[in-house]
Amino acid sequence: MREIHVSAISDAVKKLCMDANWDLGTDMLRAFDRALTTERSPAGKQVLEMLKDNAQMARTQKIPYCQDTGFVVCFVELGQNVHITGGLLTDAINTGVSQGYTEGYLRASIVKSPFDRKNTGDNTPAVIHVDVVPGEHLKIMVMAKGGGCENRSKYKMLTPADGLDGVKDWILECIRTAGPDACPPLIAGVGVGGTFEKAAILSKKALFREIGSSNPDPAVDAIEKDVLERANRLGIGPQGYGGDTTAFAVHIVTYPCHITSLPVAVTIECHAHRHKEVTL
Amino acid sequence: MGLSADRTRPARSPTRVIKASPDGIKDVTTPLSDADVESLKSGDRVRITGTLYTGRDAAHARFLPLMDEDKPLPFDVRGQIIYYTGPSPARPGMVIGSVGPTTGSRMDKYAPKLLALGLKGMMGKGSRSMEVRAALRKYKGVYFGAVGGAGAVLSRYVRKVEIVAYEDLGTEAIRRMEVEGFPAIVVNDCHGNDLYQEGMKAYAR
Ligand code: SF4
Repeated sequence: MREIHVSAISDAVKKLCMDANWDLGTDMLRAFDRALTTERSPAGKQVLEMLKDNAQMARTQKIPYCQDTGFVVCFVELGQNVHITGGLLTDAINTGVSQGYTEGYLRASIVKSPFDRKNTGDNTPAVIHVDVVPGEHLKIMVMAKGGGCENRSKYKMLTPADGLDGVKDWILECIRTAGPDACPPLIAGVGVGGTFEKAAILSKKALFREIGSSNPDPAVDAIEKDVLERANRLGIGPQGYGGDTTAFAVHIVTYPCHITSLPVAVTIECHAHRHKEVTL
Repeated sequence: MGLSADRTRPARSPTRVIKASPDGIKDVTTPLSDADVESLKSGDRVRITGTLYTGRDAAHARFLPLMDEDKPLPFDVRGQIIYYTGPSPARPGMVIGSVGPTTGSRMDKYAPKLLALGLKGMMGKGSRSMEVRAALRKYKGVYFGAVGGAGAVLSRYVRKVEIVAYEDLGTEAIRRMEVEGFPAIVVNDCHGNDLYQEGMKAYAR
């Protein structure tokens, strides 16, 4: 049995929140460069150049890449031989979020109740998903999820008869209707299968895969590439000003499902694709 | 109208036309006149210099009862531009934090009333409703797009910031921002054009 103190978890989360907001991943920077070689629209190119500049400025001056510093979505892999000491895992994560957002000059964007809409002041609480896994490690994956793009995420219960074509059309429909509102170029995280909530969680988890990487399942990889190619023919382009770069990636995660169902959840993510992870 | 009519406005030649600079970008200074608005077309790149008032969901929600009862708003909207943004906090010694646009459609409910009161410009990201676009034509207004998610870069163009009202709303408070050369693009002009529709049509394959 390995012991991990809550203070180590809070410290880690604090750093992940700040780094995620200041330091856009190199996979995203490569995606900007790739898009600049194929984008035909002058306005689209200008946007992509500005985003590169923005990433550089955010990293060097420690200013958030986007003023919407997001809802913290936290996936935890908890080795079942780990014993957390000194308090509760969720409290430790939220303490880290509070410290990261306050000390990092990140925006507080969470309201306590959906109805009274009073800001909690420190961007807590996070949305936390915990998986218990074999081993003695604790992996923490943090995403700062923007609201504008999240508002365009969608779920649909397809039928088995809708099949693969139905799934592809639905993902494309989600990207098309997200349009300029969700700050394209976009990334679509897709969960297919499971139940209503399982598909939604998988659609978030799908976003953590490196942009530009292939899906480990060749059949699913072919689906991703097909949908991405069709998405980039929609013409929406960077910021919706018209162009060839509407999406950077489509990432699909599947799960077994019921004989009656074909659940599909699509999380829409913007180019401010901010996530970091650490293993303690 | 609840707005005090005696407030003076800087005189503007009604015939002034905004022309593109040699680099192809149109320099726009606030406040905006009808002629300014008329000379802007969807797809025009602009540099805005002057004043932007920030306001988003919560501030607009407070405007609504005031407008319904003909009471004055916290600032005179005539000729002004409202920028839909909720900036991140400034680091010590900095003017402002990250300051990119938020989605404009969430303010669709309020925009026609503000345009009727003389608001000339709005800046955000994303599509506006048919009602808002009709109001832009009717009252001569313009909707600018700023690059969403480029908040760090956009902070460079902000010279001065002060809170005008609703400080309790935190990031959603109304701020008066002095900007210089703030980069944007005309999305919806007062002639009925929409950059998003035109752009998509031009590049769809
Ligand atoms: S959608 Fe993304 S890039 Fe756009 S404002 Fe929201 S967080 Fe920022």
